[in-house]
Amino acid sequence: MAGQSAGSGGRNDDNAMRFSLSDPTFRAIFWQVVVVGIVGFCGWWLISNTLTNLATRGFTTGWAFLSREAGFAIGETMIEYGPQDTYGRAVLVGILNTLRVAVIGIVLATILGTLIGIGRLSKNVLVAGVCSTYVEFIRNLPLLVQLFFWWAMFQDSLPGPRQAIEALPGVFLSNRGVKIPVPADHWIHAWMGVAFLAAIVASYFMARWARVRQAATGEQFPVLLATIGLLAGGPLVVWLIGGAPVTMDWPVLRGFNFQGGLTMTPEFAALLVGLVTYTAGFIAEIVRAGILAVPNGQTEAASALGLRRGPMLQLVILPQALRVIIPPMTSQFLNLTKNSSLAVAIGYPDLVSIVNTTLNQTGQAIEGIAMIMAAYLTVSLSISVLMNWYNKRIAFKER
Amino acid sequence: MKTKALLFASAFVAVAASLPAMAQQTATSPTLDAIKARGFLQCGANGNVAGFGLPNAQGVWAGLDVDVCRAVAAAIFGDATKVRYTALTAQQRFTALQSGEVDLLVRNTTWTLSRDTSLGLEFTGVNFYDGQGFMVKKSLNVKSAKELNGATICVQPGTTTELNLADYFRANNIRFTPVVIEREEENVAAYLAGRCDAYTTDISGLASVRASRTPVPADHVILPEVISKEPLGPSVRHGDARWGDIVRWVHYAMLEAEESGITSANVDSLMTSTNPNTQRVLGVTGGMGAMLGLDNKWAYNIIKQVGNYAESFERNITPLGIERGVNNLWTKGGLMYSPPIR
Ligand SMILES: N[C@@H](CCC(=O)N[C@@H](CS)C(=O)NCC(=O)O)C(=O)O
Repeated sequence: MAGQSAGSGGRNDDNAMRFSLSDPTFRAIFWQVVVVGIVGFCGWWLISNTLTNLATRGFTTGWAFLSREAGFAIGETMIEYGPQDTYGRAVLVGILNTLRVAVIGIVLATILGTLIGIGRLSKNVLVAGVCSTYVEFIRNLPLLVQLFFWWAMFQDSLPGPRQAIEALPGVFLSNRGVKIPVPADHWIHAWMGVAFLAAIVASYFMARWARVRQAATGEQFPVLLATIGLLAGGPLVVWLIGGAPVTMDWPVLRGFNFQGGLTMTPEFAALLVGLVTYTAGFIAEIVRAGILAVPNGQTEAASALGLRRGPMLQLVILPQALRVIIPPMTSQFLNLTKNSSLAVAIGYPDLVSIVNTTLNQTGQAIEGIAMIMAAYLTVSLSISVLMNWYNKRIAFKER
Repeated sequence: MKTKALLFASAFVAVAASLPAMAQQTATSPTLDAIKARGFLQCGANGNVAGFGLPNAQGVWAGLDVDVCRAVAAAIFGDATKVRYTALTAQQRFTALQSGEVDLLVRNTTWTLSRDTSLGLEFTGVNFYDGQGFMVKKSLNVKSAKELNGATICVQPGTTTELNLADYFRANNIRFTPVVIEREEENVAAYLAGRCDAYTTDISGLASVRASRTPVPADHVILPEVISKEPLGPSVRHGDARWGDIVRWVHYAMLEAEESGITSANVDSLMTSTNPNTQRVLGVTGGMGAMLGLDNKWAYNIIKQVGNYAESFERNITPLGIERGVNNLWTKGGLMYSPPIR
């Protein structure tokens, strides 16, 4: 605006803004103030009107309901929860369930999508054909239909718990889900977790040290192997120190169902598989486009330098492809997270499903929707911030 | 320019301020006025439960709840077909009513204190007294709900069912795992596929599912326990009491007709009846319709086109194998009771 008035300021010797609509600077400010004012007023009007209407119809408002007893049960929870717990805790269960499917889904979809994207570029006609068919098929079927398909698959093709298939000793497949034995609760597990976190930190510093050393001496260090060793070895050592407890919690058929062990329910499995295969179709195209965007000359130059195919992909092609891949990838991650709200259709208790039940019972729709929006916004913004940070980090540094 | 913006703003304020005032000045029911202007009643119903609300292959809706919609339309327009239906799931129904998407909600909905108050609904009566039960496969060999410890149970969200279920297991100190699926079709499919050991809802709903949705109804049993009270009835929004009156008395008219022996078959001949109560009900005397803001032949139209409560019950509920039981008239040992139409 300052530039504007300076540019057209010939008529005004002192270049000062005049309080008249014929002055461009004043006009610009004036209209912005008016627009902001109208928007603000409409917002205020909407909110106050809503509140009055809610009050006249006798609706309760506010957040007090969050500390009231929820009264409904939830089928799968990552934290302790029962009907005697509060609505607030029920919502927390929902948030964790949504995060669970979103985080696992994003990791798996990225892996599958990348493989298919690379496969589509393969010189092998069969591989390329299968991959293109997959992409076209998956992307052109509505996700909800796919979810129902997987849901029905898991439910109808597997036997009941009493006829469960024992795939491996202690691993049971039935229409109640996959049951696997897990180590029985032991205090050493917490310390193994600590050891794992410590191993992550150690790996980070080791990678840095290896980089510096390679730059200085040209000597390479097997970073990948060492990292795996640290991550697996640390907890293992702690486990051995703790007396190597081997008691397992085996799933056993008792009454209607299996008790004990860890369960992956058919609802979770159907949602996860549906979201992963669907999103992978889109990710594959992004990866393919990213690789194709790297000019052929780069490959030729790399092979002229004598790089083998592995280092060539890792050092030359991928860093450049990633710059094209990351931004659209972010929106696929966001899509996967948001699409997880279709869960209620197949009975997975995600955030939306639980908040819907809550608002149905309390009548506090506005608070309920606000919670859903806040939760998704937080998750989406976190993903965006993380991806933007990563994008900046790998961005081409012009020298 | 500034003055224009000011004018604009003050117009806004004026409109906003006058809205509640306008509502108060209207003497008749604003909902009724809107329905008349529109030319049909918008009724929120169940699109899935045979006996209560279900469109047939030709798209014609039928059921005990649907008959309430038809009766209200007959009372308003003298034409029971002037209804459009919105099929609502348990989750959607209250928002649909609150937001004005439907004028009336008749969808096997249980009258509870919290729905009556914090959801802003007004229940106008009970057209079916029900209770919650469990259905299991016969092959499971379960004889009582108390034996369901550790069972997986399919249930629809947003229902009283979901809450009663948790209450019942807590009270009896037994455990269960719920599978909560939004739509009834998938819920029943999950139960049939064996994903759940039991399916729970209102016993009328169980009977309906067993009769209309299971390949072999005899393979499924409804357990003897009735774990809750489910008085199902029509509801309207808070804030239009006159509209609530109309819906309330439409239901009573059907009960009164049954009690007085007026049916769709004999209603025409009874127009000349000398019985003072019959004369009042059929609008020959008394001007009852006008008091409701309707035509005086309102009840005549209901009975002629929809029938009395017994006719509606026999047409819709009896085929499910459900007895009149508590839904009989008070004179026959049931709970159905109409206050006097006078
Ligand atoms: N009466 C209970 C339950 C009513 C209910 O929604 N029942 C289910 C099971 S019979 C139903 O009608 N489902 C049909 C559908 O959602 O399409 C309530 O008001 O909460």
